[in-house]
Amino acid sequence: MKKVEAIIQPHKLDDVKEALKNIGVDGITITEVRGHGRQKGHREVYRGMEYEVDFLPKMKIETIIPDGRLDEVSQVICSAARTGKIGDGKIFIYEVLEAIRIRNGDTGEAAL
Amino acid sequence: MNLVFRVLFLFALACGSPLLAQTAPTVNQRLDTLDAATKSAQLSGDNAWMLTSAALVLMMTGPGLALFYGGLVRRKNVLSTMMHSFVLMAVVTVLWAIYGYSLAFGSGNTFIGGFQYVFLNGVGSAPNPDYGATVPHETYMIYQLMFAIITPALISGAFAERIKFSAMLVFTILWSTIVYFPMAHMVWGKGGLLNAFLGGKIPCFDFAGGTVVHITSGVSALVCALYLGRRIGFPRESMKPHNLVLSVVGACLLWVGWFGFNAGSAVAASGLATSAFVATHFATAAAALGWMFAEWFKHGKPSMLGGISGAVAGLVAITPASGFVKPFPALLIGFLAGALCFLMVTAVKNRFGYDDTLDAFGVHGAGGTLGALLTGVFATNAINDGLKDAAGKPLPLGLVDGNARQVLNQGIGVAIAWGLALVGTFVILKIVDVTIGVRASAEQEVEGLDLAMHGEEGYNLEA
Repeated sequence: MKKVEAIIQPHKLDDVKEALKNIGVDGITITEVRGHGRQKGHREVYRGMEYEVDFLPKMKIETIIPDGRLDEVSQVICSAARTGKIGDGKIFIYEVLEAIRIRNGDTGEAAL
Repeated sequence: MNLVFRVLFLFALACGSPLLAQTAPTVNQRLDTLDAATKSAQLSGDNAWMLTSAALVLMMTGPGLALFYGGLVRRKNVLSTMMHSFVLMAVVTVLWAIYGYSLAFGSGNTFIGGFQYVFLNGVGSAPNPDYGATVPHETYMIYQLMFAIITPALISGAFAERIKFSAMLVFTILWSTIVYFPMAHMVWGKGGLLNAFLGGKIPCFDFAGGTVVHITSGVSALVCALYLGRRIGFPRESMKPHNLVLSVVGACLLWVGWFGFNAGSAVAASGLATSAFVATHFATAAAALGWMFAEWFKHGKPSMLGGISGAVAGLVAITPASGFVKPFPALLIGFLAGALCFLMVTAVKNRFGYDDTLDAFGVHGAGGTLGALLTGVFATNAINDGLKDAAGKPLPLGLVDGNARQVLNQGIGVAIAWGLALVGTFVILKIVDVTIGVRASAEQEVEGLDLAMHGEEGYNLEA
């Protein structure tokens, strides 16, 4: 199983969520985060003093999928989240050792 | 039976005839009754407005100032900042009741009142002719209390995020006693040095407290900011307001409440109260715009914080002038205050680098000074005819009336307020620091005063 972690623009969340639902990926966790890659922050002025705000709001989406669906899911997320501008975000793939459904103890892909 | 009734009837008639004669009132009696009813209505109207005004002014402190200041600090200090305003609502009340009102408004000498009203002795429902001839003396007392409460609360803007709570309490008790009560006496108390209307040697015009409230608190704020020193990390670290929404709400409560502060200072539901109400509102509007456009021009974007700061600056500046100037000079005073205070809290503060955290000096000290001086320019007896010569003719008030000297008198009043605040505050800070220490420790400051001083957090959103 693989964990797909996508850091995307907050306003793209709905598009990505719909796209994943349409291909039958139901398990998803989202977290509001702040961060940056190479994107510049923005300048704020407070009482005449300028401050650089480096950390920008982003949305982190995590979903665990069977190995066979990795390419499909990555591609779907990319197209849904892409705007073409700097700051679109990144996807990271992790290996998952085990998954367990708490309600009934199912393990492995049956737990997804 | 018929005869008995007839006799009884005649008997009753005989007894009742004096009464019958009295139930047809004379014209004079009716005029007297009408006179009393009119006076009673006037008293009712005045007292209703004054009690409302007192409530409005208290609302300015809680929650107005508490919200305004609370939103501007970092999250970890929100409760401590609000606590500063809130606790003074309680502490100053007790001081006022015991000896504060007496020292401020009792008859004493030119600098301070006496002890005649200690424990509010003699302050009851009968009016005091010197302090609101148509309202109970007690009404005047409770109204003035709300001013005594908000003044030290304003200073809290300068030492927010780094003062010890115990030190703040002691500081306020001493400051009220040594700075506020004497200043209030000099400007508003009978026989006070600067009281234009009650026998002051140097007649100063301060309708609602430009010198008494704003200059004293604003200048004291500067002393506190300099004495306590900068917050850890200032100015390098960004210490943005954690919740400007609270500040906007607070500022609007201040704007509305200020009608009680200024228009209530007419101590009557009169044409003068209306005039002060209008002048207050106009100045605030112009100041908000003045600051907003200054910021738009200088930094490219008009901010919400700039808008509300401008409004407060206008409210401050119009305070001494509110019952003396016409509406359009009020607009001008407001606009100038917006621009000046904008410069004070940006260019001047950044140039000198002092950490006046919530701009108490930049807005109240500077705005109050400007307003007090401009009062000398624009005060006119066309608005306020309270000063009369021996023949009963209204005297000229400010420069626009041809009395240029008034600007000098205003300057003297301003200088006295500055001097008292500077010296008094420094001495008090030294005393408090040497005995119990004023500044929170570095660990406390980093942890946040809410937890360190009060053992609580403002927001537990995960709960």
